Amino acid sequence: MHSAINKHGVSHAIQRQIDRVSYLFLLPMVLFFLSFVIIPMAMGIFTSFFDYTMGGFHFNGLDNYIELFKDPKFLRSFSNTFIIVVVSVPAVTIFSLWVGSLIYDKSAWVTSAFRGIFYLPVVTGTVPVVVVWKWIFDKYAGVLNYVLVNLGVIEKNIAWLGERSTAIWCILAILFTTSIGQPIVLYISALANIDSSVLEAAKVDGASGLRTFWQIKWPSIMPTTLYVVVITTINSFQCFALIQLLTSGGPAYSTSTIMYYLYVNAFSLYRYGYANAMGVLLALVIGAFSILQFASIKSGVDY
Amino acid sequence: MTRQRPVVYQTVMMIFLIAVSLLFIFPFYWIITGSFKLQKVAIQMPPQWFPKEPTLANYHELFINPALKWFFNSVFMSAASMILVCITSAMAGYVLAKKAFTGRAIMFSIIIAAMALPKQVVLVPLVRIMNSLGLYNTPWEVILPAVGWPFGVFLMKQFSQTIPSEILDAAKIDGSGEWMTFVRIVSPIIQPAYGALAIFTFIGTWNDYFLQLVMLQSRNRLTISLGVATLQAEMATNYGVIMAGAALGAVPIVLIFLFFQKYFASGITMGAVKG
Repeated sequence: MHSAINKHGVSHAIQRQIDRVSYLFLLPMVLFFLSFVIIPMAMGIFTSFFDYTMGGFHFNGLDNYIELFKDPKFLRSFSNTFIIVVVSVPAVTIFSLWVGSLIYDKSAWVTSAFRGIFYLPVVTGTVPVVVVWKWIFDKYAGVLNYVLVNLGVIEKNIAWLGERSTAIWCILAILFTTSIGQPIVLYISALANIDSSVLEAAKVDGASGLRTFWQIKWPSIMPTTLYVVVITTINSFQCFALIQLLTSGGPAYSTSTIMYYLYVNAFSLYRYGYANAMGVLLALVIGAFSILQFASIKSGVDY
Repeated sequence: MTRQRPVVYQTVMMIFLIAVSLLFIFPFYWIITGSFKLQKVAIQMPPQWFPKEPTLANYHELFINPALKWFFNSVFMSAASMILVCITSAMAGYVLAKKAFTGRAIMFSIIIAAMALPKQVVLVPLVRIMNSLGLYNTPWEVILPAVGWPFGVFLMKQFSQTIPSEILDAAKIDGSGEWMTFVRIVSPIIQPAYGALAIFTFIGTWNDYFLQLVMLQSRNRLTISLGVATLQAEMATNYGVIMAGAALGAVPIVLIFLFFQKYFASGITMGAVKG
């Protein structure tokens, strides 16, 4: 009878029955997943090795990838994306942890009020948020210049979005407001889940607030921190709508990002193969970060 | 931090936090009040912090554009993807959590790996697929890719794991078929996960600007997000009308969020690591 029993301790007949039912339940999801994620992904990778435009489709090996590293507009977009990631990830993580620590143990009403306020820009949606900020940043009609001139911070109105040096900070500021909502929710719940008896014991032992934080809270919220870092990284790498709506990558591609440049190549220049090579490269970079996350999670905690 | 630093510290921090949160509310406030300002008021300096002579002219001009049509396009796309995502994800998540079928581990790994990929990377080939399916310039171009995205499966799988196996076994002994067990027993138990996923998907589809931008072309087919972006491109500094559009896009979704905030917070936490 040994051969009729599998590793789950069920007979092959029953296993076949379980498989049949499970695959039927999975079928609708798998159909959508294959058609709209896996197949396009495979097509994207495949066509990235082709000179693929509206006019033609020729195999050109790694030419698209080689061109990427010689294309100053792409390199500019790449470095802008990198700057956005490097600035926004620590800023978002630290700020959301700070807000989370301040409000997680307040009354339910206070906690959910602040949580809602910081989530507001996420819910409002990228387009409404960006169009209102564009108005706020406007050189003549914007309140930012009005307030700063009256406070004496600046002497005359600045065209915030007209120059790269200021535009990139405007982009980062808006990205920041739309990025911290989710991390704050996560930190509040992670901090509230810490065993309160351990915190009480630390208090009785006379541990300082700072020591309690580093020795008890920080290790327990480590998985959340990792998750926040990775989702913020992924989102920052994919920064697109802000750029397209706020500066259109300008002036002269100085505020372009990888996603924006990919969009321009695919949908304005119709260089599909080249755009797909960019997508593959971006996916590889993001994939490397994600592997890092899952490796870290596996080494410590279950999820 | 109360032991060494007195209450003063906490109070100063809270005041600072309130000041920062005002900065987060301001853009929303500026959208709403701006939508009631005439163009000459909208650009005047010093600004009117509150519109002295509120006008509906912007909304009037907004509705001359097919803004209501855009709004209902958004509603349809968001609702359709919400329903499809909930059904397909719940079914898949349930068996991934509760059935030891052959290939389960590989299946789950593929789903996790796909979730980490940047969604936009598949967009260019996706346009081609939609064209070849004959769906060019239809709402399904936005709905179907949203259903393919496996985040919901992950969420549903995480939640389905909390279903006690005894209940499922008991149902089987009572002669309940697999489908009936799913509909009558599993679905009510995972109802909070349905709530979270529904609200997530609805808002996610509503705000998925990039997908809409790539997929939808003709003016009548636009969503409200895309419509507002188009208005901004056409009207440049006619801020009143643009804000009216932004308000039409943002206010309903903010109301939905406030109403379902409970589900939302739990959904974000469920979909993440449990720390």
